[in-house]
Amino acid sequence: MSDVKITFLVQRPPYKSENPKLATTHAMSYQVVEILLEDGQTITPALCYVGEGVLNCLKDQKAMETYGITSTEMHLKNCLLVDMDVYACKEDFDKYGIGEDRIIDADDMGADKKMQIVPFAKIQELMETSTHVMFF
Amino acid sequence: MATLTIGLFSSLIGSMNYDFALKLADAAKDKGHTVNLWFSGNAASSPQKGQKHLKDYSHGEKPLRALIEKGVEVCTCEACSVARAVQKTTAIEGVKWNAMHWYLAKAYSSDRVLHIGGE
Repeated sequence: MSDVKITFLVQRPPYKSENPKLATTHAMSYQVVEILLEDGQTITPALCYVGEGVLNCLKDQKAMETYGITSTEMHLKNCLLVDMDVYACKEDFDKYGIGEDRIIDADDMGADKKMQIVPFAKIQELMETSTHVMFF
Repeated sequence: MATLTIGLFSSLIGSMNYDFALKLADAAKDKGHTVNLWFSGNAASSPQKGQKHLKDYSHGEKPLRALIEKGVEVCTCEACSVARAVQKTTAIEGVKWNAMHWYLAKAYSSDRVLHIGGE
């Protein structure tokens, strides 16, 4: 039994570049990675939003209406639905004046997981304890 | 010897990241390391064959073919590639086509992962 932890760190705002969405899709792919691994080998992702990246976490994104594409919000909700750990930096939300009532949840989909609003120190700890860190 | 996996998200033209990644892969392979190369995002347009080598632009086809010849495992994100109109039938031979879990699986068994983000 061997687990590899990967932190996906999103620093960029949504829709300005493709990167934030690629972070969610790459993280989400941990769900099927076992078909390429041996028995007992697992990958545990942690999806973290910092800096301008926390803007990905806002509710009510109108990506389909505006750009004709699936929203980052929908991707994030799917991540929560499959019980992925999703973290966002509290200090950065505070900096932008964003209250917790404006942050995505997947309650309407029946998800048990919530996005975890944590101090940056917690995100740094995740990075330090991960096998690999990927910056998006 | 170690295993290095490079995740490349930058376009062939527009920055020198792509050029750097291929040269790094080449150097690592020459030292005897196992090297995996993953294309996603804008890098996924680079497996298109028939690239014209203009002197003012980075070019990827020739060095990419050389890497594959040396045994570097190269894989592109199929969804990212087809969204950019790159088809298997017109792609550089030897490039694998898969999904994002390929990258994660390679990361699992790698000593180092170098993730080179896109624009």
